[in-house]
Amino acid sequence: MFERISEFTDQWGIDIWNALLETFQMVSISLLLSVLIGLPLGVLLVLTRPGKAFENKFLFNLLNTLINIIRSIPFIILLFFILPFTKLIVGTTIGVKGVIVPLVVFTAPYIARLMESALLEVDKGVIEAYEAMGIKTRHIIWHVLVRESRPSIVLGLTIATIGLIGATAMAGLVGAGGLGDLAYRYGHLRYEVDVMYVTVFILIILVQGLQTFGNVLSARLKKN
Amino acid sequence: MIQLENITKVFQTKNNVTNALDDVSLHVKKGSIYGVIGYSGAGKSTLVRMVNLLEKPTSGKVYVDGKELTTLSTQKLNQVRRKIGMIFQSFNLLTTATVYQNIAIPLKLTGVSQKEIHNRVLKYLKVVGLEDKHDAYPSQLSGGQKQRVAIARALSHEPEVLLCDEATSALDPETTESILSLLEQINREFGITILLITHEMHVVQKICNEVAVMENGRIIEKGDVLGIFSKPKSATAKRFIKSIFHDEIPEQMVEDLKDKGQIVTLSFVGESSGKPVLARISKQFDVFPSILTGNITQLKDQPLGRLVVHLEGKAYETAKAVLFLQQEGIHVEGYVPEVKLSV
Repeated sequence: MFERISEFTDQWGIDIWNALLETFQMVSISLLLSVLIGLPLGVLLVLTRPGKAFENKFLFNLLNTLINIIRSIPFIILLFFILPFTKLIVGTTIGVKGVIVPLVVFTAPYIARLMESALLEVDKGVIEAYEAMGIKTRHIIWHVLVRESRPSIVLGLTIATIGLIGATAMAGLVGAGGLGDLAYRYGHLRYEVDVMYVTVFILIILVQGLQTFGNVLSARLKKN
Repeated sequence: MIQLENITKVFQTKNNVTNALDDVSLHVKKGSIYGVIGYSGAGKSTLVRMVNLLEKPTSGKVYVDGKELTTLSTQKLNQVRRKIGMIFQSFNLLTTATVYQNIAIPLKLTGVSQKEIHNRVLKYLKVVGLEDKHDAYPSQLSGGQKQRVAIARALSHEPEVLLCDEATSALDPETTESILSLLEQINREFGITILLITHEMHVVQKICNEVAVMENGRIIEKGDVLGIFSKPKSATAKRFIKSIFHDEIPEQMVEDLKDKGQIVTLSFVGESSGKPVLARISKQFDVFPSILTGNITQLKDQPLGRLVVHLEGKAYETAKAVLFLQQEGIHVEGYVPEVKLSV
């Protein structure tokens, strides 16, 4: 038994480790960029809707439609669909660099939606109280709106991250590697089922760990 | 201190137009506690939001401390708003921040120095009696305590005016009493002018100097509390006052008595409450007064008594008795003159 394990580790350990690192790399970079784009978009969606501080029908409808359109496209199609755009932005369409762009395009609108629903939960009375105290709108956005919705934001980001891990499985198609790619190429195409089982197992642990971490963090931020 | 001039507010939705405020003018003197009372939908919430321009008037002018607000830039308006505190029915605290942070964060955002913030938080938490709750979260506090935090938050900006939007409506009677006492204390100690809106006459009775009664976006009656309480003119004001005295007479009884004489409500204010007037009318006129129900209550500064009395006697004698009562400074309500007195 132990022999088999050490044999497996000798043969696949390095590959799995590298794939794991690639997945981490892709997920963390695209998550960071997606939050940087998605959070402000979510705030904008909340502020420009009818009856809110910066009511702007045109901008709201534009954002709303755009986000819906992008979110209708499955990642695997999006990946190829925006190849010219990817090339324009990072100069290449392959490797980790090439897959970050479609991952961000895929995730940012999703995060914007999650942020929107999180921010909409904030009691508008508190916002009114801060307006009444003569506090600038940008401070209200950060210190009331975002602050009060942190528990929901964390849960939303957990969901987004898990979705992102799923999407990176397809990154192999443009040679970016990662766990999903490893499982597909070796496990499926070369019938190395052990590799498939191990990667799936790692993915399960990863997702479980993330969700638990997200839940705990959210609960700690929530004070009621 | 606060002056609203001919304020009109029209809310326009797709299907209809609502006149939330219809030519409302109001003047709140510096250092007074002014109550605006009305049923829900009367426009009082919109009215109080005019003072710090949370709602912009469709037309009319808003003056606070002599400054006209409707023409100010956002930045200038923010400066003015910092001197106008506000508390709400639902407290509106940050749920994710401690009591200390709830007071400190707005101060920080308005540019108060770190040291000053600390001093003020401690000072005003002490004023509201919550010095041992610094690190509690709002969810760990009772309704009354949350409102105290909100009051401390408002006071920490050292405002000249405090607006109270149904501040006690979500609280139980006992807690309401303690919050009202606190508001009165704030008014006395810091000289802060208070404008409060409420649907409970009891709130007006307890702490207000002046009161305005609102209905359908208009102020239908206003004046000092004693005047309105002893001589209400509008039906709405009368109804609010009834809610304090509970001096409704059973209908059957009214039916039985009305053939033998009139039923009148007498309001006694100040010195008139000391005189034995009923004894005197029965002696001087051919009238037999019998007390159906009576009540005395404490307004902010003086007591106010109400008696519902049945005056048994001939029309002429009753008329003379009523005139006598009025001359003694008693407000008589519900009397229907049946004969003309030749004086």
